[in-house]
Amino acid sequence: MTKITVNGTAYDIDVEPEMPLLWVLRDELNITGPKYGCGIAQCGACTVHIDGVATKSCQVPIGDLEGDVTTIEGLGTPDALHAVQEAWVEHQVAQCGYCQSGQIMAAASFLAETPNPTDADIDEAMSSNLCRCGTYPRIRAAVKAAAVKLEGA
Amino acid sequence: MGRMKTIVRRTFLIGSAAIVGGVAFGYYAYKKPIANPLLDDLADGEAAITPYVRIDQSGVTIITPRADKGQGTYSIQAALVAEELDIAWEDIQVDPGKPSPAYYNATVLGEGLPFAAVDESFLARNARAFGGVLGKVLGIQITGGSSTVPDAYEKLRIAGAVARETLLLAAAQNTGVARDQLSTKDGAVILPDGKSILYTSLAQTAAQIDPPSEVALKPESEWRYIGKEMPRIDILAKSTGTLTYGIDMIMDGMVHASVRTNPRMGGGINSYDDTAARKMRGVQKIIPITGGAGVIADNTWRAIQAVNAIEFDWKDASYPKNSNLMWKTVASSFTPKHKDSRLKNEGDVEAAFKENKVIKAEYRIPYLAHAPLEPMNAIVLLKDGRLDIWTGTQIPLNMLQTAEKMTGLPAENIHVHVQMMGGSFGRRLEDQYVRQTIELAQAMEGTPIKMTWSREEDMTHDFPRPMQMSSAWGTVKDGKVESYDLAIAAPSTTSSQLGRLGLPAAGPDIAIVAAAWDQPFAIPHHRVTGYRAPEMVPISSWRSVGASGNGFLYNAFLDELIHEAGADPLMERLRLCNHDLSRKTLEAVGEMSNWGSDLGPNRFRGLAFSLSFGVPVAEVIEITNTQDGIKLDKVFVACEVGKVLDPINFENQIQGGVIWGLGHAMAAELTYDDGIAEQNNYDGYESMRMYQAPDIIVRGLENGTDVRGIGEPPVPPAAPALAAAIFAATGERIRELPMNKTVDFV
Ligand code: FES
Ligand code: FES
Repeated sequence: MTKITVNGTAYDIDVEPEMPLLWVLRDELNITGPKYGCGIAQCGACTVHIDGVATKSCQVPIGDLEGDVTTIEGLGTPDALHAVQEAWVEHQVAQCGYCQSGQIMAAASFLAETPNPTDADIDEAMSSNLCRCGTYPRIRAAVKAAAVKLEGA
Repeated sequence: MGRMKTIVRRTFLIGSAAIVGGVAFGYYAYKKPIANPLLDDLADGEAAITPYVRIDQSGVTIITPRADKGQGTYSIQAALVAEELDIAWEDIQVDPGKPSPAYYNATVLGEGLPFAAVDESFLARNARAFGGVLGKVLGIQITGGSSTVPDAYEKLRIAGAVARETLLLAAAQNTGVARDQLSTKDGAVILPDGKSILYTSLAQTAAQIDPPSEVALKPESEWRYIGKEMPRIDILAKSTGTLTYGIDMIMDGMVHASVRTNPRMGGGINSYDDTAARKMRGVQKIIPITGGAGVIADNTWRAIQAVNAIEFDWKDASYPKNSNLMWKTVASSFTPKHKDSRLKNEGDVEAAFKENKVIKAEYRIPYLAHAPLEPMNAIVLLKDGRLDIWTGTQIPLNMLQTAEKMTGLPAENIHVHVQMMGGSFGRRLEDQYVRQTIELAQAMEGTPIKMTWSREEDMTHDFPRPMQMSSAWGTVKDGKVESYDLAIAAPSTTSSQLGRLGLPAAGPDIAIVAAAWDQPFAIPHHRVTGYRAPEMVPISSWRSVGASGNGFLYNAFLDELIHEAGADPLMERLRLCNHDLSRKTLEAVGEMSNWGSDLGPNRFRGLAFSLSFGVPVAEVIEITNTQDGIKLDKVFVACEVGKVLDPINFENQIQGGVIWGLGHAMAAELTYDDGIAEQNNYDGYESMRMYQAPDIIVRGLENGTDVRGIGEPPVPPAAPALAAAIFAATGERIRELPMNKTVDFV
């Protein structure tokens, strides 16, 4: 049995230690906000926070997990949006939206560490998340807007 | 009051139906594609749209049968209907059409194609194919502009207006108040005394009333939604991880599955050894399927691990083994035997070549995968003589027919439930993943099977866009482009795609020369010839189809000729342009980009223009030539669409299209070795990432009268605009994609 905490809830999981966190979340716990895109750390669709740090959950074998997991579902909800989500809604970032859970989780963790990012900071931080629909210009604008919101908070 | 629209019964069928607790309005519009001599050998066919309005206790729901793959079409379809139906934006519910309401069934699907012609032309193209018209009609329709069919966007408004009028009649009947004393507001009929009756409570009565065949549409000045910046209906769900895509669906008693089939496309299998896979944790069953095998397990990851542990002995592919041989095959297709079309033949190219020095160049562009971020997946349940399919698809109707053939079940027992999609770009015009899941479900009757492809399975089985080569010749005279002869050789996307659907593809394939033969430039001696190369790897429509490559081939050599003439790329195009809307588009991008101004040290710009899917798009790209390579700074896009239906969605789609065009041209290709795509995940198949994304400034022009979609047209001019800028910066002509073979990008 592995004990994990996701979005504040503790779970006992009985799986092999090699199973990536992503698949524990999706198929064992039915938490489907984190997405499968590549399985090899290329796309970032699976990004979650582990103790607040953006991490590609497809790369974390459950046996190696240390820390509490937050998924997009735990970041904010439709009724209580996180500042980054607010900015995402205001800038109407999503096209297909499939990458956006990961983008938002990456942005939230990045802004927590880098409250006043430069454009170059944003570009660098957000480049590990792929968006096949090409929403980058809106992501960039939304990250900047979220930075302002978080500053004011 | 707006214009009265008479609905001709012969042309449109409009009906309503009582459903449990309410009413459903159906609307099918049938229209003939433009007659074209090229299509004489084809039966006349029909395209159709089938939006619905459902009113029951849960409220007013707009059925948006055209699946949303990320392009915002749910919102746009809803806005068009809601505008006339008169409901508040926040009360709109959309539903892609679930099978439970009685009216949405196989019969409806069989009668009307679930596609609108609003945009997404490869969709409409596909829909027309099923209606009996070959997909190639689309390339023709564009230039046949004068006989343009009524716009789909008008028809959706009519659907809303008909529903509203019927509800008004229902209110008149229920209250005894005359119809002309009644009005509507935000989902309710308003009585003269100010009292209101909700649409939902009129549904039962409305279901008994024959909908009117004449309705008045609001004048544009009264529009609340169309042309306004409306919040996308799905934006909150997509920003909170709460949207359920096909891959996220969970069903009671569901098992997980993954499959592998021969990565040599269509190659088949000799045998496999699943000894190791069988013993793996969570594996329930291993099932042979066409060309491979599938694993049923209790978790997707376990299914993928196990299917990868099966040792397969694949057969060879029927096509050339590697990219080199494939290039040779295409290169040797510039022969009379392979000649497919010569749709442009102005002046006398041969004579012009005798007069002036001929310049010549050859170009090549590679296979490209769609690779939407959500890997292909489906859930299929076969139980008690009924088959249910839940999946993201652009071809639900064809899928239904396929399932009929595979299972022998009658169509009314087969239900396709279209799911939200994590992108498509044309990928979901294919249905292998669904066929495979049906095969698994047939071996596991009574259990819902959720089948997910690994990314590797997805990318190695992505029916890509074709590789293409061109040879181009031309002359200049007195500082002007005098002649331009372009020969393009490519396998036929249309026949490959339609062949898999069991449909014939007679006549030339417009996709081979789209956005090349039909460009609005009056070059005195001008010829465009298409050569059909053998099929090789099975191929499919990729965002903007034939235009995706031809926009580059056509513009790139035109840029060479203009340079040779010593002319300005914008001025010379304007001089040659013989199409008013295109000229205005070019002028607009010139103004937006301040064309001709000094950009400062190490900064350069390039321009390209394509008319595709009826939409003229001009793009100017500004770059900086840095020590470490080319940096993309800014893109200006002018785009003529008749009417911008939603400015935010419009901008988003255009930015996405430009990034799509640029990203793939810069870095992506599929190459083959031993019959297998060598790139099997995003590490080998790069497209643009954030650090490379330029600012993209968009202007929508509304000079024309035809309302057009913008999912595809921004793609074709992106790559050649960048190539022109790189030439300005480095003096180097890029004649082969991806560009990173020639230059570095930062
Ligand atoms: S699925 Fe984890 S990075 Fe792509
Ligand atoms: S919005 Fe579709 S992949 Fe990013």
